[in-house]
Amino acid sequence: MTELLVKNACVIDPIRGINGDIMDIAIRDGRIVESVSDRAEVIDAHRCLTLPGGIDSHTHVCGTKVNFGRYMSPEDMRAGRTQRRGKMHVTSGYYVPTTFGNSYRYSAMGYTTLLEGAMAPLEARHTHEEFTATPHQDMLANTLFDGNWAVMDAVREKNIKKAAAIVGWTLNAVKGYAIKLTNPGGTEAWGWGEDVTSIHEMVPHFDVTPAEIITTMIQANELLKLPHSVHLHCNNLGKPGNYQTTLDTFDLVPDVNPNRQTLYATHVQFHAYGGGTWRNICSKAEEITRSVNSKPQIVMDMGQIMFCRTMTMTADGPMEFNLHCLHHNKWSNHDVELETGSGIIPVTYSKKSAVNCIMWAIGLELALLTKSPWQCLLETDNPNGAPFVKYPEVIGLLMSKRYRDEECATLHADTEGRTSLCALEREMDWHDIAVMTRAGQAKALGIINQGKGHLGIGAEADIAIYPIRTDSVDPAREYRKVVEGFQKTRFTIKRGRVVSRDGEIIVDGANATFWVNAKVPEDLRMENDPEFIKRFEQFYTVRMSNYPVQDVYLPRGRCIETEAFT
Amino acid sequence: MIVSDVVCPFCGCLCDDLELEVEGDRVVRVQNGCSLAEATFMNDTRLPTPIRRTKTGWEDISYDEAIKETADILKEADRPLLYGWSSTHGEAQSVGVHIAELIGAVIDNTSTVCHGPSILAIQEVGHPGCTLGQVKNRADVIIYWGCNPIEAHPRHMSRYTTFATGFFVPEAQRERTVIVVDTRRNDTTNIADEFLQVEPGGDYAVLSALRAIVRGKESVIPKKVAGIAKEQLIRVAGICKNAKFGAIFFGLGLTMSRGKYKNVRNAIELTDELNRHTKFVISPMRGHGNVYGSNEVFTWMTGYPFAVDFARGIAFYNPGETTAVDILRRGECDAALIVASDPGANFPRLAAAHLAKIPTVIIDPHVNATTALSRIHIPCTAAGIDAAGTAYRMDGVPIRLKKVIERGYPDDAELLKKIYDRLNGGGWDHD
Repeated sequence: MTELLVKNACVIDPIRGINGDIMDIAIRDGRIVESVSDRAEVIDAHRCLTLPGGIDSHTHVCGTKVNFGRYMSPEDMRAGRTQRRGKMHVTSGYYVPTTFGNSYRYSAMGYTTLLEGAMAPLEARHTHEEFTATPHQDMLANTLFDGNWAVMDAVREKNIKKAAAIVGWTLNAVKGYAIKLTNPGGTEAWGWGEDVTSIHEMVPHFDVTPAEIITTMIQANELLKLPHSVHLHCNNLGKPGNYQTTLDTFDLVPDVNPNRQTLYATHVQFHAYGGGTWRNICSKAEEITRSVNSKPQIVMDMGQIMFCRTMTMTADGPMEFNLHCLHHNKWSNHDVELETGSGIIPVTYSKKSAVNCIMWAIGLELALLTKSPWQCLLETDNPNGAPFVKYPEVIGLLMSKRYRDEECATLHADTEGRTSLCALEREMDWHDIAVMTRAGQAKALGIINQGKGHLGIGAEADIAIYPIRTDSVDPAREYRKVVEGFQKTRFTIKRGRVVSRDGEIIVDGANATFWVNAKVPEDLRMENDPEFIKRFEQFYTVRMSNYPVQDVYLPRGRCIETEAFT
Repeated sequence: MIVSDVVCPFCGCLCDDLELEVEGDRVVRVQNGCSLAEATFMNDTRLPTPIRRTKTGWEDISYDEAIKETADILKEADRPLLYGWSSTHGEAQSVGVHIAELIGAVIDNTSTVCHGPSILAIQEVGHPGCTLGQVKNRADVIIYWGCNPIEAHPRHMSRYTTFATGFFVPEAQRERTVIVVDTRRNDTTNIADEFLQVEPGGDYAVLSALRAIVRGKESVIPKKVAGIAKEQLIRVAGICKNAKFGAIFFGLGLTMSRGKYKNVRNAIELTDELNRHTKFVISPMRGHGNVYGSNEVFTWMTGYPFAVDFARGIAFYNPGETTAVDILRRGECDAALIVASDPGANFPRLAAAHLAKIPTVIIDPHVNATTALSRIHIPCTAAGIDAAGTAYRMDGVPIRLKKVIERGYPDDAELLKKIYDRLNGGGWDHD
């Protein structure tokens, strides 16, 4: 039995309605309890800001394309290297760090749970191998279904149950957590070097539209009773004028789940552009947030960009090629048979670029114009918009109008006229930030019941104690203190153990991987479907028996079972 | 006993549809495999125990003794090299990286003498590729450049390309055009629809010519480029531009001939150019069964796919300096641990000669040319035969190698963990 007592913590725990109370937190064997014995180790938080461990609900940290980003970028590996020290392994990389680099830096910032944004099912084993080498965060994997042949066949046949059964089989086989759709239909079209440009355009050879894929998968998701909703990267990412596609997509979404959103729209900054060319691109954040404010069934995340050099990586292969044709830098592409695609290119977001400045402003506008912080979560689509180490700066910008104004003064002159950021007075408070960086994520991902995102009795003792005294710092004026405070916790506690102290990792990690087994009725299971088996064996290049990820790849797997179709 | 859907660990194809008949601790029959697979599973002769060189020959030693002496050799070395890794599973590779980090060694894999130049080219311009199933299901044009799959990857054509029935190419043989570029005729060129016989060292020029034609600049092309007629180049460029889906596969004929990584870069840029007209992909034909896995494991752990030097405490990478051949050739290395490979057979003479001068230990299931240069040989399991583990196919698809028999050998990952423990003065503390 191990016990820990955190005393004098200034706790913000939005899920339990706690906002700045000074309290003690008792921990036994990794979970929060009523009280502990007087033998418990004691940490005095000195009234510092204490939050549930941070949760990133959309980041790219593990798997085939992330590793390829490292592989092709020795210049970045050189940019962020640290020596072996104590319990810490050597790390390399700044915008695509090695797995240990990701894990240590997230931990130093108080993050204890991460959702990998895109895992190709065929290459899931790779993602899980890297999860094991990301020791200080619990991991979940969004599983890609955007160009899944079997799913598209079921969509065409209007057979929702079958689509659900395919998803259920796949998630179980690859130990995935949720349904991810990246440019639905577009990644299949990219198999021919093509794309789809509206949600009502037919996917070549499959006679389905993105809209049909999205609506069918939303229904399949609910049939399977998955904890998370469909997680969507909309069509037309990064194209001027794409906001209409995004609005059309949002209009497809019914409100069918009382516990959470029905659609999670990711990195919406990249999907909120007006205009028709790079010359007249402008912000449509007002239109997007008007839609979201009227639709409780939608939760989005920001996809904030920050001015720096970084790497874009996504399953959206055609988008990356278009971007490559603009940037003329190196380009990698990796299409995955019968399932999805992917692309990677390095980019530099510069204040000299009007387009980049407008993108930067749109991300912030989305957050500031969304009334409920539960509906617009904070992230950068790491590393696409910026590496996650920039989150504290994003927090600073959201909390301080003065910080925004000072930044705006350094931007391209066109920014002010084509965005409304300068007119926005809103300054977010500590509670808003706690929602946007952990509580909102826990609710959106459906992991509150797993003891994530809050500090209630029975919750997992994942806790971040920041060197910030909310009673003495005015974030509107002293935004630099805010940024610094969120960069490095005093203590990051993971499952009841202090793993990071003042940015130093002090123990070997022991993370868990959450995955979902949706139990589909026997007669609908794909492993009993001769047609599914036949097509699998004919068109994949691995045998169906060799496809599932063995349990050995999840040394600390945590299976969430659901009774589908009931 | 029959074991089905077995993965052959030999080459980068990682065919996973083999059927083996097993009797006790032996494989007695291999079905669906090529001749290389058959040899892999059937001719699996190993040392019974670790051996150590004596003044006059070899003596048997215990595993404990072998592990202790290996650890002592590594501990005393100033510039140790850990090399190989491409024929074992990722689990052993991962322990290897931890050892290298712990003792400040150089760790390198066999890419250094095969597709290292491809990696350098990719680090300059990227890699437009895909999984092999994309090619199987879609490609109507296949190009093999500087490789001979019929000899080196015997089932590549039947499983993934030319002869494989794909969803959009149901009559593969009729519907696919095969282009082969090589310096001489071989079994693969014999089945080509177009054979471009390039003069040795002329690949770069031919690639440049094709790029120019694809860009509409055919007027600048001379009558012949490196032995190939302009008419044929124009015809081939036309086939590529009119393809629905084209796939280039290249081998050491491109990476190790004159121009090296510049050849590969040019081929990638041709692929890039063709993507402005249609869909095209390019992929290296990786040799060893899990050489790509060693690149993957090294990369997520250290940031670099090969040639990683921990001497400075950080991970440092500078091919040409931190590559195994160069460290040996300069006589810089003072101890070597070779795992799952045979540099004795593949390295330049000077580099191999240096291995014989320094204390070299090999951990490998089989006696090979490196044994003759080594002080100690420690036999172990063979990944995919009597040990399970992860391997990455040449296209990045991770596959679990199966353990099909038990022969009583220790797994190389376990041996390496014991070496790590001795060097660390404590227990293995990683997953």
